[in-house]
Amino acid sequence: MGDLLVYCEKVETARELLTKGRELATALDLGVSAAALGPQASATASQLGAAGADRVFVSGSPVFEGLPVDALAEGLGQIASIADARLVLIGSTRRGKELAPRLAQRLNAGCVTDVISMALEDGTLVAGRYALGGATVCRERLTTDVKVFAVMPRTLTAEGAVAGAGTIVMVDTGASSAVRVVGRRPKEGDIVNLDAAPRIVGAGRGFSKREDLVLANQLAEALGAVVGCSKSLVDFEWLGEDRVIGLSGAKTAPDLYIALGVSGQIQHTVGINGARLIAAINKDKEAPIFQLADYGIVGDLYEVVPALLERLSKR
Amino acid sequence: MNVNIIVCVKTNPDLQMIRIKNREPILEAIPYKVGDLEKNALEAAIRLREAAGGGKITALTVAEGDRKARETIKEALAMGADDAAIVDATGLSDAGQGVVAQALASAIRKIGAYDLLLFGEGSTDNYSGQVGPRVAEILGLPQIGYARKITLTDGGVECERSMDDMLETLAAPMPVAITVVSEINEPRIPSLMNIMKAKNKPVQEWTLPDLDLDQTRLAAQREIVSNLAEEQDRKRLILEGSPAEQADSLINAFTKEGVLGR
Repeated sequence: MGDLLVYCEKVETARELLTKGRELATALDLGVSAAALGPQASATASQLGAAGADRVFVSGSPVFEGLPVDALAEGLGQIASIADARLVLIGSTRRGKELAPRLAQRLNAGCVTDVISMALEDGTLVAGRYALGGATVCRERLTTDVKVFAVMPRTLTAEGAVAGAGTIVMVDTGASSAVRVVGRRPKEGDIVNLDAAPRIVGAGRGFSKREDLVLANQLAEALGAVVGCSKSLVDFEWLGEDRVIGLSGAKTAPDLYIALGVSGQIQHTVGINGARLIAAINKDKEAPIFQLADYGIVGDLYEVVPALLERLSKR
Repeated sequence: MNVNIIVCVKTNPDLQMIRIKNREPILEAIPYKVGDLEKNALEAAIRLREAAGGGKITALTVAEGDRKARETIKEALAMGADDAAIVDATGLSDAGQGVVAQALASAIRKIGAYDLLLFGEGSTDNYSGQVGPRVAEILGLPQIGYARKITLTDGGVECERSMDDMLETLAAPMPVAITVVSEINEPRIPSLMNIMKAKNKPVQEWTLPDLDLDQTRLAAQREIVSNLAEEQDRKRLILEGSPAEQADSLINAFTKEGVLGR
């Protein structure tokens, strides 16, 4: 016995973790707890109960207001021991990803961060995460008494949540932090969010000069897509870093990815494996991208893209 | 004011050289090098030493098997670290990041007084981001992750850090553990002269028994079940015809698959 404990500073992610957590806890004969920390804790607590928590540990202490990682690890460490947590699920946001290992260290626990899959195999949890820069998925099992998993947001779904008892347990952790928040501001500029784009036009070295990228832009506009690229175009300074897809950039999951003049090196394709549909246009019929594509056109992008624009204008 | 900095450096396989065969990564004959973000951490350390007007930078690494840590640590010395320490211990990474962190923390205690402990935000290969926060916890240090700017203040640091949706400025007293992101700087490429000089810089080598470390803390925390490239289940249909015919087939396919969104 013991509990499965869930914490994420983002309520929607905590709800995803609780929904899956409740299913895992039932199979593993564990109770389900959640933690809500900081000034909004009481307001959050009922949502966590509705998403599956039987007990919600609540601390409204101002020490948690700025979400300092040292205090969070200390506070959650105490809650984990009160709840007799065997499994701890954290959201792998940037905050969660620095919290999970620090908490794991306090609990003498093994930890897996950036988890993209979770399954019970032979009665223990096996977690998958990208390894070798995304070239592989490493599936691992923790062998410590307490186990901490930081799961990527939106990997799981909060749909079909089974409500828990939602009993509120007020805690005074006495946690403190040596770090002070001086200021916060939103990120500036034209932020290209490839992670969330529904359609992406990917440009590769098949473009012979920078000006020709207008073709990629026109196709993207006609499709309601965002332009991304392989690393080499950023090395040429044709596009900004935020456009890079792959090993050194975004790992995308659009409905549609169209590769224009992209050869399909693994350093790029690790970023497009999550696409629902992949189309590729490339002059070289041996290009590895065709092995990864649902639809391939062996042809010159300088002829095919204008034909696509012409066809799209008639829709 | 002098600032003493320890930079933890991981030796990584050069991912640009990795190939996949039958879903298995081929790691034989892959060159190893200092991780990309650790180069950013070293560069940050060098600039902080300059800003402080003096101090010492120690590069610390764990040497594992054929990871060629002795050669790669010379890269850190050539960039500008004053000395280096190597913990010779194979199998720690496989045992889990908690085990690596224990070895590093013990080595850090052995190195002695320091003001800043710098890490990359994650390693180039596996990017778990665990080692920095774990070492900070073991040593009881305040921790600032994802730093894109580090400024020394009176007895402390102020860091701007890059979060999912905001930039956040944090202040902490020294000693403090900091992990850096790639935006923080452009790491220097060592000059030939500095590469030559690096050969004479002191390198300490320790084995695990040299570290004051309870053996039970080195017990494996995980088992790797598999490490394979994802299976790709794609249609692989090639559309034939003139460009106009190909375009027509492709847009029809998109419409049928419902990926055009309107």
